[in-house]
Amino acid sequence: MTETMQNAPQPMLSVQDIHVYYGAIHAIKGISLEVYPDEIVTLIGANGAGKSTTLNTIAGLLKPKSGNVLFEGKPIAGLGASRIVPAGLSLCPEGRRVFQQMTVRENLEMGGYTRKPAEIEASLADMFQRFPRLKEREKQIAGTLSGGEQQMLAMARALMSRPRLLMLDEPSMGLAPILVDQIFGIIKELHQAGTTILLVEQNAQMALSVADRAYVLETGKITMSGDARDLMHNDNVRKAYLGS
Amino acid sequence: MAFLSNLVNGISLGSIYAMIALGYTMVYGIAKMLNFAHGDVIMVGAYLAFCAAQYWGMPPLVALLIAMVACTVLGMTIEKLAYAPLRQATSLAVLITAIGMSYLLQNTALLIWGANPKVFPDLIGLDSLQLFGGELVIKGATLVTIAANIVIMVVLTLFINRTRMGKAMRCVSEDRGAAELMGINVNRTISATFAIGSCLAAVAGFLLCSSYPMLQPTTGSMPGIKAFTAAVFGGIGSIPGAMIGGILLGVIEILGKAYVSTELGDAIVFAVLIIVLLVRPTGLLGKVQREKV
Repeated sequence: MTETMQNAPQPMLSVQDIHVYYGAIHAIKGISLEVYPDEIVTLIGANGAGKSTTLNTIAGLLKPKSGNVLFEGKPIAGLGASRIVPAGLSLCPEGRRVFQQMTVRENLEMGGYTRKPAEIEASLADMFQRFPRLKEREKQIAGTLSGGEQQMLAMARALMSRPRLLMLDEPSMGLAPILVDQIFGIIKELHQAGTTILLVEQNAQMALSVADRAYVLETGKITMSGDARDLMHNDNVRKAYLGS
Repeated sequence: MAFLSNLVNGISLGSIYAMIALGYTMVYGIAKMLNFAHGDVIMVGAYLAFCAAQYWGMPPLVALLIAMVACTVLGMTIEKLAYAPLRQATSLAVLITAIGMSYLLQNTALLIWGANPKVFPDLIGLDSLQLFGGELVIKGATLVTIAANIVIMVVLTLFINRTRMGKAMRCVSEDRGAAELMGINVNRTISATFAIGSCLAAVAGFLLCSSYPMLQPTTGSMPGIKAFTAAVFGGIGSIPGAMIGGILLGVIEILGKAYVSTELGDAIVFAVLIIVLLVRPTGLLGKVQREKV
């Protein structure tokens, strides 16, 4: 009995019936979802469905009014990001939000804020190898980078804390199609290198094509979930999110 | 020579404004609030240094250290008790609280030390510097004030640009949410900002009363308002702005009093502020706010 319990795959992240409010607005109305190790899971839905709110709650920027968030079995809801980041979970926020007045290098160093200086150096070298463009721009002020470069910087910055689970909020937003392809290529690479990913996207087509599983969010509730390929061929999903 | 003497005195007074303005501007930049009780922390610092030297017989440097430590604790306590619970409140509520805190400090000082002005002793005890065969005399307190300000500016600039906490402060100042996502503890960062600002206020109080040795419960309010003006003048939220704004304000005030009118000295200071804000609403070094989409 205990043997099988241990062998059954444990979710890396388990969100259990969370409710989140913005003042009087009931933004998240009981969402539950799981992310298993080595998966790419995507959350798709229209503007205002609650995708970003869900990620911000998991990351510790918002506190759920009720419900649980477990990361690797430990409750993290309401702990605050300063304790969630070192636990191995990081969020690359919507709109990139790089520190505009800091250099590329400083931005990356801030991403490793919770780690030791020697570890930061090692991760910096990793990031510069993975994102050669950032190495070229190392001393440049982040505000002067192009949108695509800022997105890469934001992703690299989120990776600096060595997360086991990386959450990406709208990484393709506002980017030219060629850059969108590039960003999704990086997501696949990160996944192959062993990072588990929870992805929020408005570009449902792209998101479903890289993801293993998907959840569809509508006005604060999950209305559908399942294998990403199945959802891509689901008529309702096609009509609502894939434009065909 | 008289002009040079006025200029030096202006820089010295401006150095004090700059030290106080740093507290205003850092707290504004990081906690996004105006701490109107900041001026009164100066007064508390001056009283504590006065008591330590006069009543408890401490050497001047120890008296200064006592004031610095006590004001640091005071600043952090004020933040924790009065401002931290209002983190999600409207800025007006926080502003009113800060004004209330200012009156609380002034009246507590009135209760403890009374309304009669105390004469601040000469704790610096440095001889005047005589230059050009005695034509230009610079007081010891003036020299120490200017030197202290230079040290503070260098150390603070290094702190903000080089240290872990300093960088965290820049992040929180630019984007609090993104800073949190880095794992930065925002509450601790804000608390550290109050600590630094209040510690500088103690130094400013000590130096202010060394140059202008009248100490009473309202001693901090006028320099506080002028330093706030200096912070706005330089561009609120900008550390170099506070430094430059403070020194310029001191120089304008002293030169205005010397060459235009003693009575109108303060009016000139505020008139210059109004003109600067008309031409550059964000202050001399203030960032031009870009609309976010």
